[in-house]
Amino acid sequence: MSAPTTIFRRPEALRDAFTHYCPGCTHGIIHRLVAETLDELGLRERTVGIAPVGCSVLCYNYFNCDMQEAAHGRAPALATGVKRVLPDRIVFTYQGDGDLASIGTAEIIHAANRGEKFTTIFVNNAIYGMTGGQMAPTTMPNQVTTTCPRGRDVNTAGWPIPVADVLAQLRTPAYIERVAVHTPRYTVQAKRAIRQAFQYQAENRCYSFVEVLSTCPTNWGKTPNESVQWLEDVMVPYFKLGLKKSPDRPPVD
Amino acid sequence: MPKKLMKGNEALGEAAIVAGAQAYFCYPITPQTEIAEYLAKRMPEVGGVFVQAESELAASQMIFGAAAAGARVFTTSSSPGISLMGEAMSYITAAELPAVFINIMRCGPGLGGILPSQGDYLQAVKGAGHGDYKLLVLAPSTIQEAVDLTIEAFRLADKYRNPVMIIGDGLIGQMMEPVDFESCTKPPRLDCSAWATTGCAGREPHIVKTLFLDPNVLEERNRTLKAKYERMTREEIRFETYCCDPPPDLLFAAYGTTARVVRTAVDHLREEGASVGMFRPISVYPFPDDALRQVAHHPAVRNVLVVEMSMGQMLEDVQSALQGRRPLHFYGRGGGNVPAPEELIDEARKLLGNGHGGKR
Amino acid sequence: MQREVTFAGFGGQGIMTAGKLLALAGMAEGKEVCWIPSYGPEMRGGTAYCTVVVADRLIGSPIVNDPENVFAFNRPSLDKFAPRVRPGGLLVINSSLIDVQSPRHDITQVLVPCNDLANQLKNGRSINIVGLGAFVARSGMVSLEAQRSVLHKEFGRKKGDVLAATLEVFEAGVRAAQGDKETVRA
Ligand SMILES: Cc1ncc(C[n+]2csc(CCOP(=O)(O)OP(=O)(O)O)c2C)c(N)n1
Ligand code: SF4
Repeated sequence: MSAPTTIFRRPEALRDAFTHYCPGCTHGIIHRLVAETLDELGLRERTVGIAPVGCSVLCYNYFNCDMQEAAHGRAPALATGVKRVLPDRIVFTYQGDGDLASIGTAEIIHAANRGEKFTTIFVNNAIYGMTGGQMAPTTMPNQVTTTCPRGRDVNTAGWPIPVADVLAQLRTPAYIERVAVHTPRYTVQAKRAIRQAFQYQAENRCYSFVEVLSTCPTNWGKTPNESVQWLEDVMVPYFKLGLKKSPDRPPVD
Repeated sequence: MPKKLMKGNEALGEAAIVAGAQAYFCYPITPQTEIAEYLAKRMPEVGGVFVQAESELAASQMIFGAAAAGARVFTTSSSPGISLMGEAMSYITAAELPAVFINIMRCGPGLGGILPSQGDYLQAVKGAGHGDYKLLVLAPSTIQEAVDLTIEAFRLADKYRNPVMIIGDGLIGQMMEPVDFESCTKPPRLDCSAWATTGCAGREPHIVKTLFLDPNVLEERNRTLKAKYERMTREEIRFETYCCDPPPDLLFAAYGTTARVVRTAVDHLREEGASVGMFRPISVYPFPDDALRQVAHHPAVRNVLVVEMSMGQMLEDVQSALQGRRPLHFYGRGGGNVPAPEELIDEARKLLGNGHGGKR
Repeated sequence: MQREVTFAGFGGQGIMTAGKLLALAGMAEGKEVCWIPSYGPEMRGGTAYCTVVVADRLIGSPIVNDPENVFAFNRPSLDKFAPRVRPGGLLVINSSLIDVQSPRHDITQVLVPCNDLANQLKNGRSINIVGLGAFVARSGMVSLEAQRSVLHKEFGRKKGDVLAATLEVFEAGVRAAQGDKETVRA
């Protein structure tokens, strides 16, 4: 019998820690994809991550690189500060949809518009997880949350903000893609996009942004399996996956 | 309606409805999110406005707009969110508009934690925003009192055309106690027709603004505000004394939930024969200086012990009220820890010394 | 006169509801009541607990570090709260999930197999109501009549036979506590 070979192990960019994420939550998968990327591109030791306020605030306990904790929504501003004083370092923000698309809208638009050379991983789970299931700007029409108990009414709350598509409208060059991680096939695509985002940053090309559709079984009130199905049936048709903008394809006037 | 067992946050929401609040703008934050969740259901039922804003910054500016349009308005948040509302507080005060802010305080600084705290006292009474402005600040210690003071806050906001703030620690938001809404009445609404921006049909346009480039005009506004605060100091002082007649050897000073813990400690100590009492400010701006002095400067009072869930904030107001004429001591807990009665009893015994009832 | 209990268990065992029902019964008796939840970071996953205070005068401190009574619905709660029971106080243990007792000799310990009793009555989710029945019967913190009338009020409006099923498990808890067989008085 030949010696066992390791075919799967924890990336160096992740710490040996139990996460606090609920069963079936895909935050953990997204962490892993980011960590694998940092390993593969050899970036870990020169990376500074910025944690948001949301369920992933504790991601600094899981990523094995330098990390800062921002105030709610302000991660892109902190990242700008870091990147401007340390331009040869790799900087990323990891943000939820309340953090990035609600309270932090101004910061993300302006960071993207200035073309800050950092990377944003945007976790869109259509709800506020940490505070217990309130409406997010990405909450789906008619989706029930604790602050829209009759379901999201698009006449008063508007339609879910498709952040990747909105940012893609900016003239400033950027890499912007929307992906999902609820099946292995989607996860492979997500990994490629996250790697691409960090690659562009490493080449000092442009701002890079990857929106990842994610589950929140706890606050959706669904089992992990139902959550995967709901994400596929309800979120994917609205939040269209794919490349939204690339520095290799400049806008046509 | 008989008494109802209600969570503090929900009771606060219902109190605002009883007070006739027409519009509520909010952003979720622990430990007060239940107010928003409660009002998401209740406001539509009473024909009121409920909007979850994109941030506290926006929520507080929404109440600015709605107040200037003549509506009875309020918002609620917890510490980090209140910091973001400082701007609106300054503007709303400058524009002389009525509005109510509720802060269910959590521990800080920074993101801190979600457990109870009284660490925003100075922010509330000295000002979260810029410029020469004050809020009238009330601090309940039971859920019934939170309800009563919230309704009162709407009346006072109208009376002074100035924002009023309720500060409660996380426990006030999270506990359940019986509340009675029966004796609550809706305060009459201020006539806003002389200044509200409702459309100028049949009258000269109204302008709500806070920019006054002429120094003399602005100074006049500053004086108007100052006169308001002086009037509040004459008319709105609220406090409670507990076991202060006759004045005690050791006087505790505490507000909010902490005052309840002190009360229990006072009861225990008195059972042992110790001479202790408590002074509890209810209005913390204006602060009841005179009333506190009247008790604390009595010859029988040898020591004053301030207890807070902070590292010493109301302490500054007590200090200035006492003018150094009594030894002042402080016991504070932080990080979301609520002091237990036993801790206060131990602290008191040290100060009471032998022969003053400290048996052990 | 002030009496207190801390109910502690896993999130999802209905601990908070049991406490609320007890507080309502105290209110029905015309007492002052206060229900204090744990709302710290422990809530997700770990232990959930609430303290209920019933008194005949204004309730001071909502923080009670040494409650007169503790009901431990799971092992982590027993480990955390058993040492805090006031000497002479009562510790009720959900013996379906906890196979040990506190080594303390200065308190009364009562074992109630909440899950087993609830399961026997095909009402596995109502272990909190079993516990409530046992606790009220044993502690007398509120009267059984007041507690029953609260259950009628709170569950009477629910559909189907929810009320009957709730009363059934409640009475099973009452009998278990009164049966006294498993009581240890050390
Ligand atoms: C200024 C401020 N406002 C509000 C909050 C409360 N808060 C914490 S996390 C959060 C939203 C989290 O939702 P999201 O960003 O979607 O992340 P998730 O938890 O779903 O991963 C809010 C509103 C805060 N910490 N600071
Ligand atoms: S609350 Fe939702 S987003 Fe947060 S860890 Fe749980 S499942 Fe994930």
